[in-house]
Amino acid sequence: MRSAFAQELASLASTDDRIIILSGDIGNQMFDEFQEKFPSRYINCGIAEANMVSMAAGLAICGMRPFIYTFTAFDTTRCFEQIRVDLCYQNLPVVIIGLGAGLTYAPLGPTHYICEDIAHMRSLPNMTVLCPGDAIEVRCSLRETLKQDGPVYIRIAKKNEPVVHKEIPDFQIGKAMCLTTGNDACIITTGSILPEVLKAHELLKEKLISSQVVHFPTVKPLDLTMLSSIFSKYDLVVTLEEHSLIGGLGSAVAEWYVDNSARHVKIVRLGTRDEFIYSSISQKEARDYYGLSPKKIAKAVEKQYTYRGRIS
Amino acid sequence: MPLKKTGRVIGVIDKKLSSGVLKATDLPDISKRIRGDLVEMSHTADAMHLGSSLSCVDIFVALYHGGYLNIDPADPASLTRDRVILSKGHASMTLYSILADKGFFPKDLLRSFNKTGSLLTEHPNKGALPGIEATSGSLGHGLPIGLGMAVAGRLHHLPYRVFVIMSDGECNEGSVWEAAMLAPAQKIQNLVVIIDFNRWQATGRSEEVMALNPLKEKWESFGWSAYEVDGHDTKALTEKISRIPDGSGKPVVIIAHTVKGKGVSFMEDDNNWHYRVPNEDEVRRAKEELGLL
Repeated sequence: MRSAFAQELASLASTDDRIIILSGDIGNQMFDEFQEKFPSRYINCGIAEANMVSMAAGLAICGMRPFIYTFTAFDTTRCFEQIRVDLCYQNLPVVIIGLGAGLTYAPLGPTHYICEDIAHMRSLPNMTVLCPGDAIEVRCSLRETLKQDGPVYIRIAKKNEPVVHKEIPDFQIGKAMCLTTGNDACIITTGSILPEVLKAHELLKEKLISSQVVHFPTVKPLDLTMLSSIFSKYDLVVTLEEHSLIGGLGSAVAEWYVDNSARHVKIVRLGTRDEFIYSSISQKEARDYYGLSPKKIAKAVEKQYTYRGRIS
Repeated sequence: MPLKKTGRVIGVIDKKLSSGVLKATDLPDISKRIRGDLVEMSHTADAMHLGSSLSCVDIFVALYHGGYLNIDPADPASLTRDRVILSKGHASMTLYSILADKGFFPKDLLRSFNKTGSLLTEHPNKGALPGIEATSGSLGHGLPIGLGMAVAGRLHHLPYRVFVIMSDGECNEGSVWEAAMLAPAQKIQNLVVIIDFNRWQATGRSEEVMALNPLKEKWESFGWSAYEVDGHDTKALTEKISRIPDGSGKPVVIIAHTVKGKGVSFMEDDNNWHYRVPNEDEVRRAKEELGLL
């Protein structure tokens, strides 16, 4: 995902001279091409994220399109107040790229992995929140973002994630996409955990449970038309994200459901629990620990489906 | 046209000043008039921060009326204009008053300060009125924003300067020093910080709350060209402002030594006026002292 980001931005910058990258002292060699082509439009801002965010605001006020790049733990929660006041309150077209979605950096511990960022970013007026599902969606996100006039947060993973899309999808900010068809349950998900969800879909198939997987690359604003359609059709809706159960996609969907849905639908929210991990762990193990491996996802859906089948 | 490594970029000289309509010796009288506005506004709007607003009046008068700021109220969005950011946003009254005085908007608007629905909010909003370049109120934001504007000026080959007016208490914020360290690394010369060093922050002496001093040496050690000046001497302030960039190849900081509550004897250096609002009698006494009654 990060290579796709660097390549796509270099390509976009050749026709859009408003684009400038502000990096928080990461991305060694990744931006070589960009720096070579546009030396004055790449600034290593050092390990100083608060300044980097406000500086981006100053650049945007003067007509530039800054892209801030560092670990998502550092360019979201660390400098939250700068994002809130300088980017959101002033409503400026600055893009925050958060590297290391969810448990990507679980091996580095809770200083580097983060499952609270969507909750923070989603709470801010004027902010758009994007969680692309693969490298192709990262490229689409960047292109669409340049059409936006306000701040955007894009949450990406790291490198070598499986590519989901075989061709370029119809990607629009605020639009969800159905990736599989199924009648028994609908799984709503977001971000780079998408390939795992599709594996879970296959496992469920083996259990003769057909699930529709709907990807919401935009967590804010939510695709309300798609939600209405899902909640009018399915009795069981599962939300799944590599993010805390507090404040993420599942919360957003549940909030919408409470305010809008006319019929009773069972919602099951899967995500990370309200706890840090204190021991060394890989991303795969961490996902499993929080019940987000394909097997555990399938099991959770199956359990609900069977339970509901028995009582109905 | 890239910025020159040495030499000065001098703003358009104020027509009134250059044509003799307004002389440098008139500036203290303008300061008094502005101070009268502030006392009135604080009272009418029941707004605090009068002491902080009074201390930076002469800085703003020297900047806007001294003749070296490239701004034109008739063309407030000009690409080549100098940018002024009031980073100590709690002194918004001073910014509003000077902008009105300069003709950016009708002076009558000052009466709406802090009233329901007014664009003259207690902390200023970017673009709410012509001449307000950035939203402020949370300290430590103005300098990083100004740095971004300065970088944009270089990218766009525009020879404007960015002036950031900060308070001494604001230097508590880490983000100030993040920006202070990056600007010289980026060889920025079109960025100017003016510190309203009134020696008070909300609840204590600024040099006691944190180890602020030696402030000039701090900035110099961060790679800035630093000057100290009497922050109530409009002539000395104007002289400093006229020499920016100063040929050093560095960003510039002007540490303006001021008195909180300046101009009203019973408010001077009394930190209660950070929060206190003058009553009717105090407004009258203040205006008398300022020679406005």
